[in-house]
Amino acid sequence: MSKPIIATASLAGCFGCHMSFLDIDERILKLVELVDIGKSPITDIKTFTQEYDIGIIEGGCCNSENVHVLKEFRKNCKVLISLGECAIMGGLPAMRNGIPIEECLNEAYLDGPTVKLNKEAIMPNDEELPMILDKVYPAHEIVKIDYFLPGCAPRADLIWEALVALVTGNEMNLPYEVVKYD
Amino acid sequence: MEKVSFQIDNKKCEALYGQMLVDAARDNGIYIPTLCNMQGTKPCGSCRVCTVKINGRYATACTTPVACGMEIESETEEIKNIRLGLIELIFAEGNHYCPTCEMSGNCELQALGYRFGMLAPRFPYQYPDREVNTDCPHLIIDYNRCIRCKRCIRSIKDIEGKSYFAFKNRGNKIEVTIDTEMAKTMSKELANLAMENCPVGAILVKETGYRVPIGKRKYDNNMIGSDINATNTVKTEGVL
Repeated sequence: MSKPIIATASLAGCFGCHMSFLDIDERILKLVELVDIGKSPITDIKTFTQEYDIGIIEGGCCNSENVHVLKEFRKNCKVLISLGECAIMGGLPAMRNGIPIEECLNEAYLDGPTVKLNKEAIMPNDEELPMILDKVYPAHEIVKIDYFLPGCAPRADLIWEALVALVTGNEMNLPYEVVKYD
Repeated sequence: MEKVSFQIDNKKCEALYGQMLVDAARDNGIYIPTLCNMQGTKPCGSCRVCTVKINGRYATACTTPVACGMEIESETEEIKNIRLGLIELIFAEGNHYCPTCEMSGNCELQALGYRFGMLAPRFPYQYPDREVNTDCPHLIIDYNRCIRCKRCIRSIKDIEGKSYFAFKNRGNKIEVTIDTEMAKTMSKELANLAMENCPVGAILVKETGYRVPIGKRKYDNNMIGSDINATNTVKTEGVL
């Protein structure tokens, strides 16, 4: 039987969850014995070439491109995991959810105290740019998510235990210290 | 004083007549999770996290005095699921951004989430639009995190016994408010006590923050309730 294939993506996140993923250190050698890593910022593979087994999502959805990538992941992965607070509840980007989008854009490009060079008051509006959403959505409000791994960033031990449990079919054995929301 | 005997999860217990169930259970080495309850203040039963089944009926353990012959179910699957649901509802109702919160690691709401093995709430996040009040000289009150447990109202009082905090509005619009005029007379010690008594990060003291490093905070390594009933096994719901 061939090895399961993993894909990862960072949406509206800070790449901290991916950094934490790499914090499994030398266990990554054991991981590549268990699985193949396909489309991911770690391998720089950009497209899905076959059906994947596990998709790991970091970050929520703040623009149309995030939604597109997330839906692609759902279509191509058998199991989808929300990794980290941003994927689970929007996290820090979702702190803008109580503020109207117009106000956010004005603050960023026109009125903010650090905006000095934008003399012509240009608001980015190229059709190449992804459309920003009215608020930041958790991943499971866009597509069905199968598992959640909380943390900011999730502890490396949590990611490792969860992946090994999922691939080998064994039960997870989590010490109290590894499941944290911060 | 007269003693009464009762059972919690088939364990025989004894307590003083008139004692509230959570206190009686604690004296018998049994932890019943609580959130709004605070030892030494009058219980109000607003959070319902201490829900138990007494002789087949649901009741809050913080407001029910023990009586002879009570048969109490506390750590059953049904009750545990109710408690988990309540914690999930609170997380979904407010804006509880743990990574940005100063009280993270010392927060009782978060600690109960850890204890019950919550990975993500099953309910949709509401993202309510709430304010931060910085009008008081010593306090920041962040309504995004307030869970309306009434602890501050019940415990933070001036020398005459008048409360600094109060409820305003009704129903789902209920909000904690502070008398800003009165707050000008609040001492730093009392402000610290208000922050300490708040189970979440809704009441913060100004000019200081993040004093305890990650790893040394109250619930970093010790599960809430482990001082009463030492269990350090985490059973996560809905994971793998």
